[in-house]
Amino acid sequence: MHTFEFIRPADPAAAINTAAQSKTAQQGADVRFLGGGTTLLDLMKLNVETPTRVLDINPFPLDKIEDTSEGGLKIGATVRNSDLANHARVLRDYAVLSQAILSGASGQIRNMATTAGNLVQRTRCVYFRDTAMPCNKREPGTGCPAITGSNRTLAILGTSNHCIATNPSDMCVAMAALDAVIHVEGPKGTRTIPIGDFHLLPGDTPDRETVLEPGDLITHVTLPPPIAGSKQVYLKLRDRASYEFALASAAVVMKVDGRNVSYIRIALGGVGTKPWRSPEAEAVLAGKPANAENFRQAAEAALRDAKPQSENKFKIELAKRCLVHTLQTAANG
Amino acid sequence: MATTFDPTVGSTTGRAENSADAIAVPITLRINGKEHSLRIDPRTTLLDCIRETVELTGTKKGCDHGQCGACTIHVDGRRVLSCLSLALAHEGKEITTLEGLGTPEAMHPMQAAFLACDAYQCGYCTSGQIMSAAALLNEPCGPDDAAVKELMSGNICRCGAYANIVAAIQQVRQRA
Repeated sequence: MHTFEFIRPADPAAAINTAAQSKTAQQGADVRFLGGGTTLLDLMKLNVETPTRVLDINPFPLDKIEDTSEGGLKIGATVRNSDLANHARVLRDYAVLSQAILSGASGQIRNMATTAGNLVQRTRCVYFRDTAMPCNKREPGTGCPAITGSNRTLAILGTSNHCIATNPSDMCVAMAALDAVIHVEGPKGTRTIPIGDFHLLPGDTPDRETVLEPGDLITHVTLPPPIAGSKQVYLKLRDRASYEFALASAAVVMKVDGRNVSYIRIALGGVGTKPWRSPEAEAVLAGKPANAENFRQAAEAALRDAKPQSENKFKIELAKRCLVHTLQTAANG
Repeated sequence: MATTFDPTVGSTTGRAENSADAIAVPITLRINGKEHSLRIDPRTTLLDCIRETVELTGTKKGCDHGQCGACTIHVDGRRVLSCLSLALAHEGKEITTLEGLGTPEAMHPMQAAFLACDAYQCGYCTSGQIMSAAALLNEPCGPDDAAVKELMSGNICRCGAYANIVAAIQQVRQRA
């Protein structure tokens, strides 16, 4: 691990000021905020992350879960994943978020990992994690050995010729289906970013994963008021029963009035280069009967643009069946 | 950066003059109810600090990357991975290791249950298993074995003692 200076900023403003001196908030950042450390410290040991300054944001009062005046939920940046998943209102009103978080990592890691940290969780692509290998995300311009190499677990949606790394988060998939909004405080003030705009497709700059700029501190995430009468389901398919990243996952928030779907949000995990909201699948179901035929059509629409690699063609059908099953479970719920 | 990590830097009995001493910083950690005033390299994980500096070797290093659970300890009563924790970020926290959970004369019920159920073979993962299981008693967990297995999935046992580990945990839960 490279040496670094460990800093306890007095307050968020001080943290933002120091972080604003970083040349980037993306890969290669020389200033990093420390939340739970479950991704950052791991990657620092691998020399994938090499910050010269580490700012401990854990003492900041960003660890609360509060009701918003509109009836939604405000989730602080350093709220631990386990506390979020087991929060009474999340269990009652945003069950898909609780299910998603509890399907990820382990009890210990969920006790450490934070809301903001999960939003900027890095890919598990083995080439990204190995500094002996080329990787356009870690070292732009060096190439993507995954495209001709080990790519069974990698993405089939949103890929480019430069990067096919999967976004590993479960939490973000549920948040995408819940229309979460990310609140950022930066050198130029505060701003809000809908989660769909937060993560970037790799394109020809896979080292840029989010819209965050130097000094941007995620302070909290808000969820809109829950959709009354909606059913929420997260389903995760993987190589092991637990403590494993998704090969394919689906988050569904659905409301059925009579026979027809009156509200639908669909997001997929494990298959995209970012948490994959699917407006195409939602369009198939909106206002239509909630039946097996339409569920299958929605799944076809969601994966229509899928581009498999040499080892992961199976993910296309896996993701379709994952979504169909999730929709069916929500409809039966 | 050319500086190499020297685990003796932070030792309370370690050399005062050391090439890496310039980057060592002071910290006070509260471990098993006792304050330890130390000087450590900022890179020191809580795991290395506990084992190499404070010399409490009950906590084990397995993968050192958050994939095996051998290094599980409690921070403010909750189970965490000490290998993915920076020691410097833990000033003012209540840190508990296996040595602080119980003693051979006064075992924690989970330690006694592991003994009674023969819930280990080589023993390397056992410290992490027991620390994880003891904290699980205070977490939401369904009554059946499947719920226990799910919440213990972050603790890997190479010997495959899982059946007896689950039995030990259930024994403690049923007696609670």
